[in-house]
Amino acid sequence: MAGRSFEARPARTGDGRILWWLSDDTARRRAVEALERAEAELERSETALERARADLGDQRERTAFLARTSEALATVLNAERCTELIARLAADHLADGAVVIAATGGRDHRVAHAAGRDAGHGRADGDPRQVPGLSEALSGFPPGPSRRVDSAALPCWAVPPGFAGPAGEALITPLPGHGLCSGALILLRSADRAPLTEDDEVLVRLFAARAGAALAAARAYAEQAAVSATLMREMLPPRLRPVRGVDFAGGYRAGRRTERVGGDFYDVHPGNAAGGETLAVLGDVCGKGLEAAVLTGKIRTTLQALLPMAGDHARVLRLLNGVLLDGPDTSFATLVLASVVRRGRRAHLRLTSAGHPPPLVVRADGTVQETRTRGTLVGVLDEIETESAEVELAPGETCLLFSDGITEARGGPLGGAMFGVERLAAALRACAGMPAEAVVEHVQMLAAQWVGEHPHDDMAVVAVTSPPLASGACAPQRPQDGGVP
Amino acid sequence: MSTPGGGRAAGPAAARAVLWDALRRGDEQAARGIALAALEDGMPAEDVLLDLVAAVQRTVGAEWAANRMTVAQEHAATAINDHVVSAVAAHPAAAGTAGRGRIAVACIDGEWHALPARLLAEVLRLRGWHVDYLGSQVPVPHLVEHLHHTGPDAVALSSSLPVRLPTAHLTVTACQAAGVPVLAGGAAFGADGRFARLLGADAWAPDARTAADLLAQGPPRPRPPGAHPPVDDLPAAARREYVRLVPDSPRLVREALDGLQERFPAVRDHGDRRLQQTAEDLARTVEFLAAAVYTDDGAVFTGFAEWLADVLAARGAPAGFVPAALDLLGARLTGLPRAAALLRAARGALGARRTAPGRPA
Repeated sequence: MAGRSFEARPARTGDGRILWWLSDDTARRRAVEALERAEAELERSETALERARADLGDQRERTAFLARTSEALATVLNAERCTELIARLAADHLADGAVVIAATGGRDHRVAHAAGRDAGHGRADGDPRQVPGLSEALSGFPPGPSRRVDSAALPCWAVPPGFAGPAGEALITPLPGHGLCSGALILLRSADRAPLTEDDEVLVRLFAARAGAALAAARAYAEQAAVSATLMREMLPPRLRPVRGVDFAGGYRAGRRTERVGGDFYDVHPGNAAGGETLAVLGDVCGKGLEAAVLTGKIRTTLQALLPMAGDHARVLRLLNGVLLDGPDTSFATLVLASVVRRGRRAHLRLTSAGHPPPLVVRADGTVQETRTRGTLVGVLDEIETESAEVELAPGETCLLFSDGITEARGGPLGGAMFGVERLAAALRACAGMPAEAVVEHVQMLAAQWVGEHPHDDMAVVAVTSPPLASGACAPQRPQDGGVP
Repeated sequence: MSTPGGGRAAGPAAARAVLWDALRRGDEQAARGIALAALEDGMPAEDVLLDLVAAVQRTVGAEWAANRMTVAQEHAATAINDHVVSAVAAHPAAAGTAGRGRIAVACIDGEWHALPARLLAEVLRLRGWHVDYLGSQVPVPHLVEHLHHTGPDAVALSSSLPVRLPTAHLTVTACQAAGVPVLAGGAAFGADGRFARLLGADAWAPDARTAADLLAQGPPRPRPPGAHPPVDDLPAAARREYVRLVPDSPRLVREALDGLQERFPAVRDHGDRRLQQTAEDLARTVEFLAAAVYTDDGAVFTGFAEWLADVLAARGAPAGFVPAALDLLGARLTGLPRAAALLRAARGALGARRTAPGRPA
């Protein structure tokens, strides 16, 4: 009976005969078989699940590694540090040793290497063409995937010094940049470890994409930074030094924390003639930040050109006023001019304010006086008026030029109060007999502590100090000792 | 070129005494002469910087802390010492060797005590490092920009006051994010360097010589990506209280100042300057309290409270002034249990002290 199965079971009857029971067990048998099949199926699924779990774990680990890579690389904008970090990440997670060759466009190639705890950088001591496939990887052309090479073919500089061989296969991968190739990555695995799988290669490619982008960003940042540093050099406040027996010191704090320059400026120009006057300038242009700084550059250059006329402050300011009025932008400024010359033991100052807070003088006995100079700001009116003041500084006495960023700084222990001229004068009373730098630093510190974390305007101070007798600067210093660097 | 004002002193101890005397008199030329004479007498430049200049600068700090020197006098002395360092550094005997890597040396933003960092910079230069000395008042963005630009092997960060620790945390994190390992130093990081460890600095050194020795063994290895400093494990409540306490400082100071004037009418009699001084002391107290909350370290605050009590006693403040100030601040804190506990602990420590907190005004 096709497809059916029966079970035969004997049974003894009451009269001693054997009775055969014949029963159809097809259904039961099928059920058992189905159960067995199901069990086998289950076993297979469990294996598959386990494999899937392991795969998922691997994938998670890879994703986490790539996330860590992105995070770590995102903030490193120095090309050398960046290549080193790429080498370390690669050596720790992708292979036993890694070398990163930065594409520089030139012949000189920077190399970073890592293996185990050992990491460092140096120069490629040889031609990239020594390594099969490296030139292509470095030029990014033709674009292509990783290339496997025999590690025995690698020159010394392409193997990390910390790599304890022997090495198996090496993998060379281009690090793609923004249009240009950023460099190449050489991965080495110990010979006793399994070679890289296809999955591993995918991971290497994903890593290389992130590393290449980071390296390209670092390189672009360096180029930008170099450009802005060059442009900025002229705008930074100069370092002041003593000039012909008079001490000058300056301090600057930009209102915007991210910037180094702003709308305040100062300069000290030693006069050309021996024994001549030195012109110190401190000013404040309208506006803030970089735009204001560009304007200060214009004013500083103009003033430098007007130096031969510094004997007549009113004339210098009139000419500057004209330049600003004729200029394309509506810009104005306040400033103080101080012509300084040493006579005997005393420093003689001629001061002229153009709409600027008058400088303060600290006498040897600690008295603080406001100088009596005033005038119109420059760049607004056709005609300006100024009133100069003359001041003599005995040894140890200081004349302080400052911007309103100091006096109008808001803060203090109770919050919201202005630092004010009174507090500045009180601070200066303690500065009699102090070196110029110490006066500047003292004022800067008090103002900075006053504002704390609150926003503030640019702050500039210049101290003109007749050196204390004890410091022995009696002999006039050589002209080349002084002035702006 | 020993100078007439300088004179030669036998041995470092004698030289220190003479230099300290010159600083007190504000005699820059003499100070320079003493250091240069020591150099010419064969004292190594590093010893001149550390055993002479740094040692005397410590005296300056101690005199200020003990209220025997004003802030302005401290500045004047420090400025002269700074000139002395320049003179020593410019001397042919202090020519550095070249050949090691590059190190950036900077103060934590808001730190005005630049001389320790300057001394470290000069010592590292003597030991052959290419040093970029950035000085004090370096905003974190500028420091990071410098690190990106130069890619040094390490950055040495200096801070003397624990109130700068939250900023130090920010700075350490930013430097490490830029891939540059951090060596921390200065009194702010604790006599045992515990705050350097707390903030996750890669290395710590108690003084310039140790720092230079440490770096000579190779710059610290950068932290592995993703690693986080112990400070991140502090209770979130600590950080929450810190961010609430800081902006609340003006109110706390104002109310505590009112309370103090009620309890000690003499505060008013001394005029605006004394009142201003008291307000500044209270603001400083809140700053230290905030730093103690941030670092979850009571010793930071108790140490400050004890120091303040001593200084105010020396200034002739009435007895019980500081404990009263702490009580008043504590009563005005709302919803800041950690800060309140720190205040109580400091209050207790002051109460337990045998010495009289001051003489009655």
